[in-house]
Amino acid sequence: MMVDAVLQVGVFALVVTIVSVPLGLYMARVFCEERTLLDPVLRPVERAIYRLCGVRPGTEMTWAEYAAAILLFSMAGMLVLYGLERMQQVLPFNPQGLGPVAQDLAFNTAASFATNTNWQAYAGESTMSYLTQMAGLTFHNFVSAAVGIAAAIAVIRGFVRRSARTIGNFWVDLTRAVLWVLLPICLVGALILVWQGVPQNLRPYVHARTLEGAEQVIAQGPVASQEIVKELGTNGGGFFNANSAHPYENPTPLTNLLEMLAIFAIPAGLTHTFGRMAGDRRLGWALFGAMALLFLAGAEAAIWAEQSGNPNFARLGLQQTASAAQSGGNMEGKEVRNGIVNSALWATITTDTSCGAVNSMHDSFTPLGGFIPLLNMQIGEIIFGGVGSGLFGMLVMAVLAVFIAGLMVGRTPEYLGKKIEGREMKLAMLYVLIFPAVILLPAGAAMVTKAGLAAITNPGPHGFTQVLYAFTQAGANNGSAFAGLNANAPFYNWTLVLSMLSGRFMMMIPALALAGSLAGKRAVPPSAGTFPTNGVSFVILLVGVILIVAALTFFPADALGPIVEHLAMQAGKLY
Amino acid sequence: MRTLVVAIKMTIVLTVLLGLAYPLAMCAIARLLFPHQAQGSLIVRGADVIGSALIGQKFSAPGYFHSRPSAAGYDARASSGSNLGPTNRALIDAVKSRLKDVLEANPGTTPAQVPIDLVTASGSGLDPEISPAAAELQVPRVARARAISERQVRKLVEQFTRGRWLGILGEPGVNVLKLNLALDQAAPVSRQARR
Repeated sequence: MMVDAVLQVGVFALVVTIVSVPLGLYMARVFCEERTLLDPVLRPVERAIYRLCGVRPGTEMTWAEYAAAILLFSMAGMLVLYGLERMQQVLPFNPQGLGPVAQDLAFNTAASFATNTNWQAYAGESTMSYLTQMAGLTFHNFVSAAVGIAAAIAVIRGFVRRSARTIGNFWVDLTRAVLWVLLPICLVGALILVWQGVPQNLRPYVHARTLEGAEQVIAQGPVASQEIVKELGTNGGGFFNANSAHPYENPTPLTNLLEMLAIFAIPAGLTHTFGRMAGDRRLGWALFGAMALLFLAGAEAAIWAEQSGNPNFARLGLQQTASAAQSGGNMEGKEVRNGIVNSALWATITTDTSCGAVNSMHDSFTPLGGFIPLLNMQIGEIIFGGVGSGLFGMLVMAVLAVFIAGLMVGRTPEYLGKKIEGREMKLAMLYVLIFPAVILLPAGAAMVTKAGLAAITNPGPHGFTQVLYAFTQAGANNGSAFAGLNANAPFYNWTLVLSMLSGRFMMMIPALALAGSLAGKRAVPPSAGTFPTNGVSFVILLVGVILIVAALTFFPADALGPIVEHLAMQAGKLY
Repeated sequence: MRTLVVAIKMTIVLTVLLGLAYPLAMCAIARLLFPHQAQGSLIVRGADVIGSALIGQKFSAPGYFHSRPSAAGYDARASSGSNLGPTNRALIDAVKSRLKDVLEANPGTTPAQVPIDLVTASGSGLDPEISPAAAELQVPRVARARAISERQVRKLVEQFTRGRWLGILGEPGVNVLKLNLALDQAAPVSRQARR
C-alpha cells in the first residue's frame, strides 16, 4: 500500500509546513520582544517571575555568561529531580506507595531529563510517583526544551548581529520560551489529548475484573499534561514504559497525528524564526528545504523496510501483504491503530528530532527499518532536530558547508556576510568531533567489557546494534531505544550519563562560542563572488556535506550492525 | 555567584508553575470537561469495573474474539513490547507457536490466511484492537460457540470497527473488549460453553 504511505506522509508534511511558518514568525516576535496577542495576560506573569528571581531583564550576556547560566540552571534542576526521586516515598501524590528510586537509576534519569534526552532506564508506571512525574519530569520536559530554544535564539543573534559583544539574556529567553511558546500550546494540546482518551487524574491504579474473570490493575496518572510537552519539547520520556505505543498515551490516529506534529512544530518553526531574524526569509526556507528532503527520504525508506516485512515470517507461510482490512508488514512491536505507516513515520520523526518518544518498539524493526532511526541520530539530529539544538546544529553544518564551498573556489567563506575564519572553523570542528567521540568510544568500551555485553538481549549483529543505538541516542540526546537492552545496570546508567551530559553541553558550548565569535564581526557586503546561501544549490551542498560527514564517521560501525543483520535476515540466518 | 542564586530561584519558581500549578489545573479542567476520559475511559458493568475501553484484555474462550499476543500478558501496570529482534530465533519460535495456537483455535484456516497482527506482539502489550481481517478470521468460531449466525456476528464486528481518521490517517481496528461485551449482551453463552 505505497499509495497509502505517500498519502499519509504527504498529509503530515503539508500540515507541518503550514503550521511552521506562522509559529516561526510568532517565535521571532516573542524573542525580539515585539508585541503579541498574549502580552496582556503574560507580561504581568513575566514581570512577577523576574521580580521573584532577581532577574535584570535589561542586561545582556556575553556568550560565556550565557553558557554559564545554562549550565548552572540545568545543574540546579538536575539536583532537584534527583532529590525528588530519592525521597518520593515520603512526599505527597504517591497513591501506589512507590519506594525511592535506586541511586544510579535516579542519577541517570536526572541527567537524562536535564539534557532533554529523556532516556528511560525505568518503567514509569512502576517506578515514579505522581509527584516525581509532575514536579520532576514534567518540569524538565518544559525547561530542557526552553533551554534549547533559548540557546538557538542566542546562536541566531550571534549570526545576525554585527560588532556586538552580547547575545541576549538567558533568563529572559528561558522565561519567554516557557510562557509564550510552550505553555499556551500545552494547555490546548493537553485538553485535546484528554478528549481523545488520555487520562489526567491523581487516582490510585484501578482494579478491574476482566470479562473472563481475571484481575487487571490499570495504571493511571496525570498523563495528558506530560504527554503533550513530551512531544512539543522533543523530550520523549513517556509516562508509561511503552511510551506513545501505550493506548493511554496515544489512543487514536488523531492523537498520533497531533503528537507527531507537536514533535516537528517548534524545530521546523525555528528555521523561519531564523529567516525572519536574519532579515531574509529565504535563508530559513533553505534550511527548511534541506531538512524536509532528508526527512522525506528517511520516512519513505523506513516505511518501505517495515512494509516489506520479515522474510523469516514468510518462511512460516505467513502473508505480510497489506490490504484494506490489515496493515501487513512487520507488526512485531507495533500497534494496530498505528500500523506500519504511522509506526515507521513516527520512528523517523522521533529520531530526526531529539524527541525519542516511540509509538512502536524500534528493537523489533527490520534491520533497515531500524537503521533509519539510528542514521537520523548519527546525522546529528538536525533534520528539524531537537527543539533549538536542531537549529544550531544545522547552522554549524551550514558553516561547514560554506567553508567547503570556499575551499572549492579558493575564496574566504562567508555566511550571512560574516567571514568564516580559523576560530569559527575550529569551534565548528569541535562540535562535529565531540559528537562521535561520546558515542563510539563508550560503545566500543561496552563491547569489550563483561558488564557491557551482559545487557544484550538479542544475539548476533542485532546485539551490537542495541549497544550502538544506546550510546548514539545518549550522545544525540534522543532517548529512544532498542529497548531490549537491559540498560538499568550501573555500567550503562553511569556511562550513558557521561554521553548524555557531554552530548548536550559540550556541543552547546562550542555552538554558543561560535555565535559569540560571529557576533563580534563586521558584515561584508555581498559581491559577485559570494556564494548565495538562500538557494537550491546551497540546499544540495548542505545535504551533501551532512551525509558525507555522518557516513565517514559512522559507516564502519553501522556496517557491523544493521547492514550485516539485513544480509543475514535475507539469507534466513537466525541467532 | 549571582547567576547561581538566580538559577536556584528560577528552578523553584518554574517548578511550582510547571510542575505543580499546570498539571493540577489540567486535572481539574479535564475532570470538568471530559470526566470519563480523564478517569481512564473505564467500562463499568453493574458495580464492577471490568476494564478500560483503551486497554486490551486477554481472551481465551472460543466464544470471545481473541486479542493480539502480548509481551506484558495484558498487565496494565507493566506495559511492554517483546523487543525481540528480527533475526532472533526466540522471535521466530514465538511466532511459530502463536501461529499454531491460532490455527488450532480456528480450524480450517491456513497460515496464509492469518493476519500478521494476530501472531505478533504489540508495542504496548495492551493493544485494545485487532485488525478487521483478524476479526473476520475469528467470526466462524465465535458464531459456532455462541450458536448464532455468522451474519449476526459480522454485524457486531462492523459496529465496533473504527475506520481511518477522515478516511486517511491511521489503520482501521476493531475494539476487542467492546465487541465481546456487546456479544455477551446480544447472545449470552452458558458458563460451560465459555471454557
